Amino acid sequence: MNTIILTAVLGIVLMMIGAFSKSKTLPRFVAIGGVALLLVANMVELLSQESFFAFDVKNMLAFNSFNLTFIGVALLCTLIYFLLSGKDIEKVGTNVAEYFALIFFILCGVALSATFNTLLLLFIGIEIISIPLYILTGSDKRNLKSNEAALKYFLMGAFSTGIMLMGIAFIYGGNEQATFYISQLGFGVGKMSPLIAIGLVLLLISMSFKVSAVPFHFWTPDVYDGAPTVFTSFMATIVKAAGFFAFVRLFENGFGALQPQWQKLIVLITAATLVLGNLTAVFQQSVKRMLAYSSIAQAGFMLFAVFALNEKAKEGLILYTAAYSLATIGIFAILIKMKDYTIDGFNGLAKTQPVLAITGLIFLLSLTGVPLTAGFQSKFYMLMAAAQVGTYKWLIILAVLCAAISAYYYFKIIQAMFFKQASSSAEGDITEEITPVFKMMLIITALLIIVLGVMPGLLTDWLYY
Amino acid sequence: MNPQDVWITFPELLVWFPLLAGLVCFLFKDNSKVKSWVLLASIITLCISFTSLYFSDDTKYLALNKVSYTLKYMNNGNFILGLDGMGRLLTLLTAFAFPIIFVATYNTRYKNAKNFYALMLLAQSGLMGVFTAMDAMSFYFFWELALIPVYFLSSQWGGEKRIQATFKFFVYTFVGSLLMLIGIIYVYLHTINISGTGHSFALYAFTGSRLDPTEQMWLFWLFFVAFAIKMPIFPFHTWQPDAYEQAPTATTMVMSGIMVKMGLFACLRWLLPIFPQAVIKFDNIVIGLSVFGMIYASLIAIKQDDIKRLAAYSSIAHIGLMCAGIFTKTEVGLQGVMLQMFCHGINIIGLWVVIELLERQTGVRKLSQLGGVAHKAPTLTILLVVIALANIALPLTNAFVGEFMLFNGLFAFNVWYAAVAGISIILAAVYTLNMIQKIFYGEGNSITTLIKEIALHEKIILCVVVVLIFMMGIYPQPMINLTQNTVDAILLKFN
Repeated sequence: MNTIILTAVLGIVLMMIGAFSKSKTLPRFVAIGGVALLLVANMVELLSQESFFAFDVKNMLAFNSFNLTFIGVALLCTLIYFLLSGKDIEKVGTNVAEYFALIFFILCGVALSATFNTLLLLFIGIEIISIPLYILTGSDKRNLKSNEAALKYFLMGAFSTGIMLMGIAFIYGGNEQATFYISQLGFGVGKMSPLIAIGLVLLLISMSFKVSAVPFHFWTPDVYDGAPTVFTSFMATIVKAAGFFAFVRLFENGFGALQPQWQKLIVLITAATLVLGNLTAVFQQSVKRMLAYSSIAQAGFMLFAVFALNEKAKEGLILYTAAYSLATIGIFAILIKMKDYTIDGFNGLAKTQPVLAITGLIFLLSLTGVPLTAGFQSKFYMLMAAAQVGTYKWLIILAVLCAAISAYYYFKIIQAMFFKQASSSAEGDITEEITPVFKMMLIITALLIIVLGVMPGLLTDWLYY
Repeated sequence: MNPQDVWITFPELLVWFPLLAGLVCFLFKDNSKVKSWVLLASIITLCISFTSLYFSDDTKYLALNKVSYTLKYMNNGNFILGLDGMGRLLTLLTAFAFPIIFVATYNTRYKNAKNFYALMLLAQSGLMGVFTAMDAMSFYFFWELALIPVYFLSSQWGGEKRIQATFKFFVYTFVGSLLMLIGIIYVYLHTINISGTGHSFALYAFTGSRLDPTEQMWLFWLFFVAFAIKMPIFPFHTWQPDAYEQAPTATTMVMSGIMVKMGLFACLRWLLPIFPQAVIKFDNIVIGLSVFGMIYASLIAIKQDDIKRLAAYSSIAHIGLMCAGIFTKTEVGLQGVMLQMFCHGINIIGLWVVIELLERQTGVRKLSQLGGVAHKAPTLTILLVVIALANIALPLTNAFVGEFMLFNGLFAFNVWYAAVAGISIILAAVYTLNMIQKIFYGEGNSITTLIKEIALHEKIILCVVVVLIFMMGIYPQPMINLTQNTVDAILLKFN
């Protein structure tokens, strides 16, 4: 509750700052302070199980340790994102305060879609996330690619929103209680009516679209590639994880009893996402586009949480959110500093910028899933969750083979950074001077990844607080 | 000895000391001092390993040889390290190998030497971890962690095609270890921990897991593929000649001397005790592959011109025999594997040392370009001949004892396998003697006139290898006694 209200308030405050202050740096400091405040407020709520704001929400929102932990992780990642890339947000265009304000509105949507208890609030949450994103995608006004991406994203997003609404309508009409509350849908095990079946499939499609699962992923590479890189970083991590969280909660609380019926569909989507995401990422020359495909590939692993829907899967989802977001935010922060976004642009980085190269190595190893990094633990949890289900063993084997393919493209960057000679350009391959603060932040992010890799319980134990 | 009297145990020392020593290397400013430091560190590790042999009696000193960490936020808690007979043997091999490598490459100059030596020690720590891990999770951790430093060593300091060759090696082993990870997860879900309430990763829980035969069948392959890639046996061997050829020789010594033993070790430690029924079912397939690989690799070795590739293929052939020995499940076969793991490690490192010395002096390692070295460097020649004869398993050398036992085991299993595998001994003689002849005898040429006799420290290190070869060839009994308890424990599963 704290997060939902405070994010909205902070968003408005930032808009006001934009209107009344000429300072270019003030919004960033307010934003950083704001997220830190949100994080504290969220922790207080998690620890005390009581919100600052005592509204009667008629049980339309549910606050438990699972939801609040997720919001906490999302806020922590946003804080690190601001600290690492805040300055780059300022460089996107002139309306700096508005960018930050929009991000706070997105966070509000993230909190809503993490705590929804009715289908209506799910819809509102997802929309609050989506609409500011359309704007942020097109925020580089003079760049045609950015405009194209925004339009594409908007059209496809609107389409999927329509599908979601239709699904909600079918579910509403089809259940005997005529309710929007997901916990009261009351589907038993057994046959489902055609209306419910249609509604469920429509919801599945729209959620798959939001998390860019194959075959609903076609917008992702173009949008991620076209959007300003700082915002791609945010979209590919926190926003995507929020989509997954909503996905898991909807299907666990709403349709958990019907799992045998829809599990096959999820298996197909997971397999397709893993294979296609990884195979297409192999052929990319631009690191930014490669990371877009890799985000699809990683989504395949996160889909295991929807597939399994057990305790391990919940822990895994939280851990995956943290591991994947931290590593991706880190690697994007490095990418923004590069002049050349192709893999060759990274050549010889270990010589010119050892700190960037070594932290980048840790991020990439984590994304690959090498032990001692958070990425390994999150993959391990997901595999464990899937193994506990007991069926579809081939899917798990397919998943690890795909993880091995992912090593191929992540290691291409590592090879470029460490084992290749820098190109002959005298001025180096970095766009600007790297500040010590930025280096410190990279190191802290890398350390967080290693700490979570050794002690994942630090995060997952919050679920049982 | 009471557990409370012990503040640190041998497995901990063996794992953490090289790790710390390796991290210290990064702090050095001066690249020349770091050499002395790593040499000192590796000798200290060797001393620790020797001391642990003295305290090998588990009835009296169990507290010194086994340790279990309980980490609060680690998934499922325990992190168990321990030493048994086989563990002692292989940690001793690891401890032995590194000083030899460091002395032999003392005159080789590496760019960024401190990074090079730091990574070498980190690899040593990872290897020690693999050999002392007593629970599946820490085993998996170390299995991967031993790989990462080697990947960097080969990619950074290797030959011309190093990046592709090393990456092939990395991907192969990474695929294998991920498959093993699934296997570990599935076996874990069938275990019961000590309190009977949950699951456990510990070795004793794994060996006591309740797997029905069909589960064992497919889980066996998940583990075995990982181990087979690491050994490597046919048809998983294609990464190996390229990786050996392209890696810097010091790293090749680590890979061929110790890392390939990881696969054999893992079969003995994890495969045989956990999936006995699957092992009995598939033994013919595995032994068939191994024996075929032996002949195949030996034939290719005859055709090689590059000494490094020759040694790589000869290594595949030897590993094939050891792998076949494991799956005979006979006492003499398993003892032969234990002994031969150690002997092959020593012999192949000795061979690499000679190759390194030749390459450093001449800059080439093609058999066709060398010749007449014996006139210039008689000591080197004598020492190499001894090592090469050990490679063909001539009596009095250490490999004879091991291979004799292995063939004995194979013979007891099936005469035909032993007969076919026996051909590889003849082939080994062909390529090894051919190599000696081409390098050391015949006419000298413009390249080999530059060769000088080797330096004193290199002589000493090769003498140590040669002395070990004879010592173990004449009196192998202490080694066999050392691993007897492990062999008994494994065989218990098959009776």
